[in-house]
Amino acid sequence: MTPIFAHINRQILDTPNPAPYAKGAKRGVDEEVVRRISADKKEPKWMLEHRLESLEIFQEKEIPKWGADLSSLDLDDIIYYARPFDYAQGDTPDDWAKVPEDIRKVYDRLGIPEAERKVLAGVGAQYESEVIYHKLKEEWESLGVIFLDMDDAVRKHPALVREYFMKCVPSSDHKFTALHGAVWSGGTFLYVPKDVKVRDPLQAYFRMNAKNMGQFEHTLIVADEGADVHYIEGCSAPQYGSQALHAGCVEIFVKPGAKARYSSVENWSRDTYNLNTKRAIVSKDGTIEWVGGNMGSGCTMLYPCSVLAGDGARCDHLAISFANKGQWQDTGVKVLHLAPNTSSKVVSKSISKNGGTAVYRGMLKVASHAHGCTANVQCDALLLDGESRTDTIPDIQIRNDDVTIAHEASVGKLSEEDVFYLTSRGIPKEEALAMIVNGFIEPIIRNLPLEYAVEMNRLIELEMEGSVG
Amino acid sequence: MVEPLLLIKNLHVAIEGKEIVHGIDLVIGAGELHVVMGPNGSGKSTLVHTLMGHPRSAVTGGSVLFRGQDLLAMSPDARARGGLFLAFQYPRELAGVPLRSFLYAAYKQHTTARNMRPRSLLSFQSLLAEEAERLHFPSALLDRPVHVGLSGGERKKCEILQLRVLRPALALLDETDSGLDIDALRVVAEGVQQLRDASFSVLLVTHYARMLQYLRPDHVHVMIGGKIVESGGPDLAQQLEKEGYEKWTRVT
Ligand SMILES: Nc1ncnc2c1ncn2[C@@H]1O[C@H](COP(=O)(O)OP(=O)(O)OP(=O)(O)O)[C@@H](O)[C@H]1O
Ligand SMILES: [Mg+2]
Repeated sequence: MTPIFAHINRQILDTPNPAPYAKGAKRGVDEEVVRRISADKKEPKWMLEHRLESLEIFQEKEIPKWGADLSSLDLDDIIYYARPFDYAQGDTPDDWAKVPEDIRKVYDRLGIPEAERKVLAGVGAQYESEVIYHKLKEEWESLGVIFLDMDDAVRKHPALVREYFMKCVPSSDHKFTALHGAVWSGGTFLYVPKDVKVRDPLQAYFRMNAKNMGQFEHTLIVADEGADVHYIEGCSAPQYGSQALHAGCVEIFVKPGAKARYSSVENWSRDTYNLNTKRAIVSKDGTIEWVGGNMGSGCTMLYPCSVLAGDGARCDHLAISFANKGQWQDTGVKVLHLAPNTSSKVVSKSISKNGGTAVYRGMLKVASHAHGCTANVQCDALLLDGESRTDTIPDIQIRNDDVTIAHEASVGKLSEEDVFYLTSRGIPKEEALAMIVNGFIEPIIRNLPLEYAVEMNRLIELEMEGSVG
Repeated sequence: MVEPLLLIKNLHVAIEGKEIVHGIDLVIGAGELHVVMGPNGSGKSTLVHTLMGHPRSAVTGGSVLFRGQDLLAMSPDARARGGLFLAFQYPRELAGVPLRSFLYAAYKQHTTARNMRPRSLLSFQSLLAEEAERLHFPSALLDRPVHVGLSGGERKKCEILQLRVLRPALALLDETDSGLDIDALRVVAEGVQQLRDASFSVLLVTHYARMLQYLRPDHVHVMIGGKIVESGGPDLAQQLEKEGYEKWTRVT
């Protein structure tokens, strides 16, 4: 485990990389922008109406004041929509050459596939990984799996999309879901039919049009009765937003007896506000599993939520967040036990370093009729130094007695003795710190697919750069 | 004159403002095995921790040369790469850090520092398996996090396993014998004795002479109240075991 990132540091990741199309685009959001998005995408009328309704809600709602400090977020200064280029014309400019050398090096070291790098760097938006993609595509199609760019799905499967779109996370939820409803663009649509079990994880970048890397992307997953699927969003490599705001939305419907697993690592550049909304509705005997990592963005409010709506539904959340210098990571898990015999398990780990703040804001609700529920919450925080901060703010509302609840929270400081032990074996201090941090999050990493786990460990090493002296 | 491997001159050490080690002089030559014995709390662990560079050991006086270099100016990891090893009295649990990959990382640091080409991971695995077998260290434990859930004796074996993989020039063994059963004691002691040659020295801290039947010591020192009060040959250990420290504790 020699440091892989010997010559690069976080600054390189945060080097501004202005998207080529951002020049002269309109800032702020109004009816005109919303209508133009919808027209450009040749959307059906109901979607335009949905956008306009959402816009109204957005204009009425206040910016939430209970979480992270959003006072410097200027919503009128954001470019909500800009057409990078014309897909219909087959116009796919390749500005890879303009991507700074250092950033390309980071991708190299993370081992990100070529095509995906372009998407991440914001210079490529369309790609076909001929061999793997086509093989997988044939396999999915033979199973009846629909795996499309969200924009395409609206046109190709209007009835199916309409049945579920923003029914799990309605626009009226809060200001940023309303904004999302108005200006969403790109993302993933994944439908797995009844009893279909997809063996390999589906990854966003396998899709032919990987246009989901935008900042208002919509992910809609439906696992029909008895289906089984694992979806991996994006990848853990740093993503370069041209805008300071990321307000995506993930909706997952888990039908009776189905199982869905959603993995993602969000690593937006430091100047980004990451205000993402993710929620799953789980029916009878269904299972949702969330595995998530959050680093990067300067300010995050992200609380993946499981609504256990059917008898015997289960959810499992694994979350890691890393708050480095100047970062406020306000994350947490929400679980609503709305049916009897439902069970939930939450493991959250946060790391604060160099003055960073990690807040765990969890919610656990058990409805009065939801008897025989089991809930298990464990959140551990690791503080790497004296300036860093962490806080746990649990909101627990239990409306009946027939439940088993365990809630554990721990705050640990980096142990000088542990560091001494590792360094006494010849391991340099910085690497020793990375080992300890990786050890701390190991219970979560263990559940990631291998390549993903390796990437995550490397990202931690990267965040640990410059920890010494 | 040949330069000694370790040369400690008038070493004073304080922990949290309180002086624990009050001026120690000690010379360890290449290939020698020294034993330090002394009552609980006399500063033996503090001494070896200080030599390894423990951040809480504040050196308030004296000097230490290791292979002719100013040891006290070096970071703990540099000391280790330079050939110093400490087998801890209380080896720590390191949650989530698998022994195998941790030790491979350490091993690579050592080989690089010695300008040697490290073995491949595969070849390292077989070395590790071989060493584990020699010490009767269950191979299943190699994939567990370092010391997590291990018994006291297993931890001590694990320390010696690391020593054998890293091949230091000077091993500081802090009560490696305590916690080991009779058979384990022999296996571990032989594991150390077998490494002995002109390029491997040992400073063994112990309360009992039992380990010395396998390890022929060259010198035995008595440490009391942060000072070495007497030094002698192997016989001194036998004598201490019979008579205890009363002779010195009454004086000091
Ligand atoms: N962090 C600390 N703060 C205060 N006193 C300490 C600290 N660490 C050690 N000491 C004291 O220093 C003295 C020497 O401790 P040390 O562990 O070196 O003894 P030892 O000779 O190794 O004893 P033992 O045989 O029991 O292992 C003891 O009195 C101990 O209480
Ligand atoms: Mg001791």
